[in-house]
Parts: sequence; C-alpha cells; structure tokens
Amino acid sequence: MTRPGPIQIVKQRRDAALRTLVEAVPYNRFLGVAFDRRGDELTGVLRYDEALIGNPALPALHGGATAAFLEITAVTTLTWAMLWPDLEAGRLDVAELRGVVPARLPKTIDLTVDYLRAGLPRDAYARARINRAGRRYASVHVEGWQDNRDRLFAQATGHFLMPQPE
Amino acid sequence: MAPRMAGTGDRAIEAARQFVASLPHCRALGLSVDAAGDGTATLSMPYAAALVGDPATGVIHGGAISALMDTSGGAAVLLHPTGATATATMDLRIDYMRAAEPGQRITAHAKCHHVTRNVAFVRAEAFDEMPDKGPVAVANGAFTLDRTPAP
Repeated sequence: MTRPGPIQIVKQRRDAALRTLVEAVPYNRFLGVAFDRRGDELTGVLRYDEALIGNPALPALHGGATAAFLEITAVTTLTWAMLWPDLEAGRLDVAELRGVVPARLPKTIDLTVDYLRAGLPRDAYARARINRAGRRYASVHVEGWQDNRDRLFAQATGHFLMPQPE
Repeated sequence: MAPRMAGTGDRAIEAARQFVASLPHCRALGLSVDAAGDGTATLSMPYAAALVGDPATGVIHGGAISALMDTSGGAAVLLHPTGATATATMDLRIDYMRAAEPGQRITAHAKCHHVTRNVAFVRAEAFDEMPDKGPVAVANGAFTLDRTPAP
C-alpha cells in the first residue's frame, strides 16, 4: 500500500476530483447543485434560487426540482463510491478523471419520490445511502431536508444501471 | 395554487398555459402546454445544452424529465372535471425506458385517471420526436386534491 500524502494534498486531490465529477454534468449547474465532503461522505446542497419555485402562492420548491436534486445526489454518490478506491490508490488522477467520468455515470432505471412536506424557499440538503451496489445494478435511498435533519421534506429510492468495464 | 382550470377546449388550454407560465421553474425549463382536456394535459420541453445529464452523449438529465412529468401531472389534476383548486405531488414514480434522443423535444401526456375526495391518481408518458420507438419514460403519481376555493 502506498503511503498517504500530506493531509492538504490528499484533501485537494479529493476535492478536485469531486468538483470535476459534479461539473462534468451541465444539468447540475443548471439546478445549482454542489456537494460538501467529509472523508468519503457526500452531502448534496441545492442552493435556493427563485427559478426553483413550483408554487408561487406558498411559495414552495417545484416537485420536479426536488426529484432532480435527489436523483443527482444518488447518481453522484454512486459514481463517487465507484471512483473512490481508484482515486485513493492513486490509479486515477484528476486530469484523467475529466475524460473518464462521462463514460462512468450510472443510468437511472427508476426513481420513486416521496414528497413529505413542501420544500421551503431556502437551501436544501440531501444524502444518499447505497443499499446495494452490484456489478450491474445498484439500489440507492436518498433523504432530503432543509432546516432540520430529522424533518425530511422528501425522500427517494432509485435503481441504477452501473457502467460496464470496457 | 391555481384558480379552477377545469373547462373545455380553448378555455382549458388557456388556463393551463397561465398556470404553467406562473411557475418559475417551468419557465426556466421552457415548458409549454400543447393540449389540455378533461383531466388530461400535454406539455413539452425543448432540448437545451444546459439540461444535459450525460456529457458523453448529450442525453437530457432524468431530473428535467421528472420536472416535465410532475408539472404535466399537476396540470392534469387541475384540469379534471372534479374541480380541484390546488394540488401537490405526494408520490411520483418514474421509469426511464430509454435515453431521449439528443436535440429532440420531449413531450409528456398526463392523465388524471381517478380521483377520490382527497387524492388524485395520475399516469404520464413522455416521448421524444420518435414516438414509434416507445416512450422515453413513464410515470405514476398520487397528488393531493383540494377543492376549497382559494381565499
């Protein structure tokens, strides 16, 4: 096993890889989704913007924006988990990642979104748990919340087709 | 959410257009209403580079299709003759059958096929410009149903 590099270098490499992964997908930028990272754990952050509103009377976030945010969090967490071993072992560098990511994105088979309460006009957060990661299929559960981690505003379960090695 | 939308012909489509135009996220996606009837709505979304989910192929992100499906479902509920005054998505399941063809418009047909006192059930199908290839996605949803007049 290779010796881990100094902490700053390790962090920089991980953050650069995550940024590359998230920025590779135009729709992530359209919606305004970014990711916080603690070790290998990711938290999706949906920055509030007026363009996310689907009910101006309340006002509340559009259910479609919420679904998309949860799907992005699931796909990104899945891709990140897939790339992490290679990244940590130094088999994959960030420059390489730019070319590799697009070909390595899982495809959504289905997604079921459970809307628990109205999404408020403020930032939202989401974290995904990979319940099964097989060679072909993965099952992922995602929880979304706003002010209070224990009061979810939406959750989703999805199945994903994993990219096959060439 | 919206004033009573149920109606016939031009009135229904005009009400549905006003409803969609009043929603900022639908404006951001460029959604338009193509048809509206009793408990049915057809909405479409133009292809845009900003909506791409797979940079290798240029295929639209599933999330944008979810938003299209969700909006057409909500519109179908409001267009149902039962006379809903407001609705919100409770549950939406989307199956992605195939990748939408890059560059093509996506059109969703939604039908509110059953209503109870408090719940509306919706089915929707989304197609690109090659409908003979079958839908790109199908959805089933349960929506809340409110009949109290807006204050």
